Amino acid sequence: MPEILLDDKTYVSAVGETVLDTLTRSGATVPSSCHRGICQTCLMRAIDGSVSAESQKGLKDTLRIRGYFLACQCTPTETLRIERLGAEARRLAATVRAITPLNHEIVLVALECSDMGDYRAGQFINVFKDEGLSRSYSLASAPGIDPHLTLHVRKIEEGRVSGWIHGALQVGDHVTISQPLGECFYLPSDPEQPLLLMGTGSGLAPLYGIIRDALHHGHRGPIHLYHGSRHKDGLYLINELRALAHKHASVHYHPCVSREEPSEDLRRGRVVDIALSDLTGLGDFRVFLCGHPDMVQSAKKRLYLAGASLKNIYADAFIRSAA
Amino acid sequence: MAQALFQKIGGEPAVNAAVDIFYRKVLADDRVNGFFDDVDMERQAAKQRAFLTMAFGGPNNYTGADMRRGHAHLVTRGLNDQHFDIIVEHLAATLKELNVAQDNIDQVAAICESTRKDILGR
Repeated sequence: MPEILLDDKTYVSAVGETVLDTLTRSGATVPSSCHRGICQTCLMRAIDGSVSAESQKGLKDTLRIRGYFLACQCTPTETLRIERLGAEARRLAATVRAITPLNHEIVLVALECSDMGDYRAGQFINVFKDEGLSRSYSLASAPGIDPHLTLHVRKIEEGRVSGWIHGALQVGDHVTISQPLGECFYLPSDPEQPLLLMGTGSGLAPLYGIIRDALHHGHRGPIHLYHGSRHKDGLYLINELRALAHKHASVHYHPCVSREEPSEDLRRGRVVDIALSDLTGLGDFRVFLCGHPDMVQSAKKRLYLAGASLKNIYADAFIRSAA
Repeated sequence: MAQALFQKIGGEPAVNAAVDIFYRKVLADDRVNGFFDDVDMERQAAKQRAFLTMAFGGPNNYTGADMRRGHAHLVTRGLNDQHFDIIVEHLAATLKELNVAQDNIDQVAAICESTRKDILGR
């Protein structure tokens, strides 16, 4: 009989029994509702062992590839090690290899982490200042391209973690980080699909990873990157991104400022307004969003109303913490 | 009979195609979008998916009591017959766009109608 390993306990499946039934019969508490694979309340993740295609129906591709499945639809045929949603991410040790300013408020932090394992450009990690205090930062690095994990850390006023990173952290220091998390990443499923990447402030970080990861995978469709800030001094990596657009005819880079008259080839306005006025046929696009949660939320809705499909919109919503 | 309707409309692929169109119509309609303005669009879309599966006569475990409980907070915010009718109209228009035959659309509307009292908490 296949076994199910969860929370350090082993559960034995009866023939034809679903993961959800096995767990609840044995007294484990798993939230569930429709028991028909529709409501997705019983979403769980398989860390070891494979789950049926049936149990991943209706899930986003980035969830499927990371082993997420619906417990009510999964009849295991082999031993599965599974975890609950939001299970405490494994913690890893990393060493700071570089801290470099990107503009007046954002530094690049390069971390070396030998236990990182596979990660995907666009995912995020939690950085721990101490046992009880951590913040999420998107990865700007891409596997196979960058030797280290890189983060773009903006100094937040009174920010306890960003203040520590900007003020105290030194090259050579050891820090604790989480394993990579999040579902906002590129999959080489359709190399011709047009991509729209939209971010504000240090929300450029995952997009900088994703755009290079997509090109690294041979993406051929047009890639439109809109990076916005209130003022020009909030933008960064401008030369690198211009060089990337120069090298790849498919890449279109639009640095945007919303609170000042643009100089050079900057665009004036909010990224979502500019992108919506530039682009048509959004139904065909794959979209990646990162930045202030209000921007992400409103952009998601406006792009959807303009024809983008929800399953093609990727964004990790960061919860804003009080400092 | 309900299962037969679900198959005629096109089953699960039809639900998936309809959700995107239907939810977009609802979100764009200022008369009703206040009831659907969840911060989490994915979760809201999943709920619409469950609703359409039910309305298409597909497999579901929803009871009248579930419908009542699930919509009670919206009734206190003013959900009424007019809103209900608008939602059913958007659903019918969605199915028309997907070239579903009129008699099947009528059957979907009838299934919706059967839930009116529970949804409006009467």
